[in-house]
Amino acid sequence: MIPRPKTCLPLLWALVLPASGAPVHVTYWEKWVGFEGQAIQAVIDRFNASQDRIVVDYYATSSVDRKTLVATAGGDPPDIAGLHEQNIATFADAEALEPLDRFIRAEGMSNEQWLARYYPVYAGICSHGGHVYAGISTPAVMALYWNKTLFREAGLDPEKPPRTLAEFNAYSRRLTRRDPATGRLTQVGFLPQDPGWWPWIFCRWFGGNLYSDRRITFATDPRNVEAFAWIRSFTESYGLDNVKRLASEFGPWASPSAPFFTGKIAMVFQGVFYDNYIHQYKPGLDYGVGPWPEAVPGVDDFAMAEADVLTIPRGAKHAREAWEFIKYVNSSNPNARSREELEGAELLDLLQVKISPLKVWSPFFTDHNPHPHIAMMRRLASSRHATSVPDMGIWQEYYREVISSFDRVRLLDATPEEALGYSQARLDASWERYRRSLERHGQWAALGETSPP
Amino acid sequence: MTRTEKKQLRAGLAFTSLWVVGLAAFTAYPVVASLYYSFCDYSILKSPVWCGLENYQQLVHDGLFWKSLRNTLFYAGLSVPLGTAMALGLAMLLNCETRGRSLYRLLFFMPSIVPVVASAMLWLWIFNGEYGLMNGFLNPILGLFGLHGPAWLADPSWSKPALVIMSLWGTGNAMVIYLAGLQNVPHELYEAAEIDGASAWQRFRHVTLPTIAPVVAFNAIMALIGAMQLFAQAYIMSEAANGNGNASDGNPERSTLLYSIYLFSTAFQDIRMGYASAMAYILFLITAALTWMAARLSRSRTEDAL
Repeated sequence: MIPRPKTCLPLLWALVLPASGAPVHVTYWEKWVGFEGQAIQAVIDRFNASQDRIVVDYYATSSVDRKTLVATAGGDPPDIAGLHEQNIATFADAEALEPLDRFIRAEGMSNEQWLARYYPVYAGICSHGGHVYAGISTPAVMALYWNKTLFREAGLDPEKPPRTLAEFNAYSRRLTRRDPATGRLTQVGFLPQDPGWWPWIFCRWFGGNLYSDRRITFATDPRNVEAFAWIRSFTESYGLDNVKRLASEFGPWASPSAPFFTGKIAMVFQGVFYDNYIHQYKPGLDYGVGPWPEAVPGVDDFAMAEADVLTIPRGAKHAREAWEFIKYVNSSNPNARSREELEGAELLDLLQVKISPLKVWSPFFTDHNPHPHIAMMRRLASSRHATSVPDMGIWQEYYREVISSFDRVRLLDATPEEALGYSQARLDASWERYRRSLERHGQWAALGETSPP
Repeated sequence: MTRTEKKQLRAGLAFTSLWVVGLAAFTAYPVVASLYYSFCDYSILKSPVWCGLENYQQLVHDGLFWKSLRNTLFYAGLSVPLGTAMALGLAMLLNCETRGRSLYRLLFFMPSIVPVVASAMLWLWIFNGEYGLMNGFLNPILGLFGLHGPAWLADPSWSKPALVIMSLWGTGNAMVIYLAGLQNVPHELYEAAEIDGASAWQRFRHVTLPTIAPVVAFNAIMALIGAMQLFAQAYIMSEAANGNGNASDGNPERSTLLYSIYLFSTAFQDIRMGYASAMAYILFLITAALTWMAARLSRSRTEDAL
């Protein structure tokens, strides 16, 4: 039966309306669930309510990097992908990401002006090969966490963390306890493998470079070798069997049986997010947070930074609208004096109890951030000695080699020279192969001029 | 071809067309495409650039390729025979006339339907060096000699054996197939052998084994193929036991870096689809060769036994 004109009209309206007046739906894939997911949803709700053109739809997605890659290759990516910082160079070189330069230009800013709004370490994370590929969603900065109760028991001043590497080593020795009957470790001052996520940072802490003058310098920089010798010294001092047995008692890092929470480790390097987990799994723990001890004379407030990032995959259907949301999350209301006035980055970071990656903080965010050590974290994030992962397309391979060398050295299966030398040979070959691949695709010339840090 | 036959052919093709299209689009095309990509510098989003045998040449010089292959062969070499022996042994026990036989069958089969992730988490606890069930059992015995159970998944020397032990837990499927095979062995043969004075071992060796040899061969080959492709258990346990957020390197010390894991990280972390395709084809050839050898061996053994 053919519909009568009276019935057809509403149907026609229904077809025409979405094209003309309905808001654009932006798909956003992100890795967060739990309270972090709730925080980003609150920011999305605030953004959606702030205008009537764009609606951001949040999809919590596991293995978001892999799924984004496959979806992009299939021509149906999300409009926004919440990736990890270490994905940026690899994804950008694989032409999986949309550069944000044109959107920034449309805002009347140059890339440099846009990036100048962030603390330098986060500005570096956003860009690769002279282009801006990402905005920060959640920044992190790592600091020294120490257990004040264990400090007291060891006769150390709980308010004075170690200030130099020598002090750190001495404190670690004093904080180590053994069972008098068996000689087994019951507590250690520090153990490099906990949490073991960033062993490369020890190289940077010791002043070493992982990449310099367009060459891999993992084994050729003596400071890296020195850092790994320091890592090895802990196993040598504690005894390999003792370390293995103690480590096998450790529960997952985010659980009540994590070694820092059970008092088996007195000092760890952990991120701004760690306080949330302390409050969740070990409420009442008496702990302090401070800067990394000075390992290289003159390099004070050394810190490691990392971030989750917002990107627009290549082929995203609503790139312009996606940029609007990324811009919102990477901006704030510098005059906010109440929670209701907070916007973008500060709203998200307040809800996730973290720092803002932006240099300018509003009065409310500064004074009312629930993070108990926010001032220290801000100091470290803004430090000129803060560093992040090298901006290079083979970082994933590099990282695996660092982990492998780290394992071999800490388990006394190889000397630092042997382990780093083996990895260096593999990485030299990988870098050469990567360079050749970029040349084949006509990308090396443009990229080669920008050296990773 | 008669008219009726043509009509039947058309009907048959129509009924199978969905499957044929599915096979062509989702299996045949990817298989052929990946063969092409294995000769290319290909990173999924950029156009593939032909590079001839470069990927295969690099594989020959790639230490991790050989290490992952050694790890996989070590795992397969231990898990397949042990799994076969265990499944067959259990099937023979469960084939005996005992009270509560159905319950025992159910209990031994249940582990094989437990999801991989759940069983991996359970085994993580069992293999915990300090509080785990395994060392809780071993330590009192080893303690008599002044020894202590290993750290299992945190110890490069014991992580692969731990995976092998874990694999034995999921032999329920093979056990059921053996059970079906055992129930097909004619009873008269056992009676005749018994009258001839054959011992239990001789009855197993000369009656049971030759009769169920095709079942053993089938199970062994399937187990071999599964072992060569093992991924999830090693991936989960490596990450959870070593906790450095890097499951794709077979930690500790790449001791559980299995072939599939290395292939996965090459493809999805390094975005080197061409190289990963070459690895996939090498794995296919190795698995095919081992399967052919196993099938040939089993055929000759069966003929010898008969």
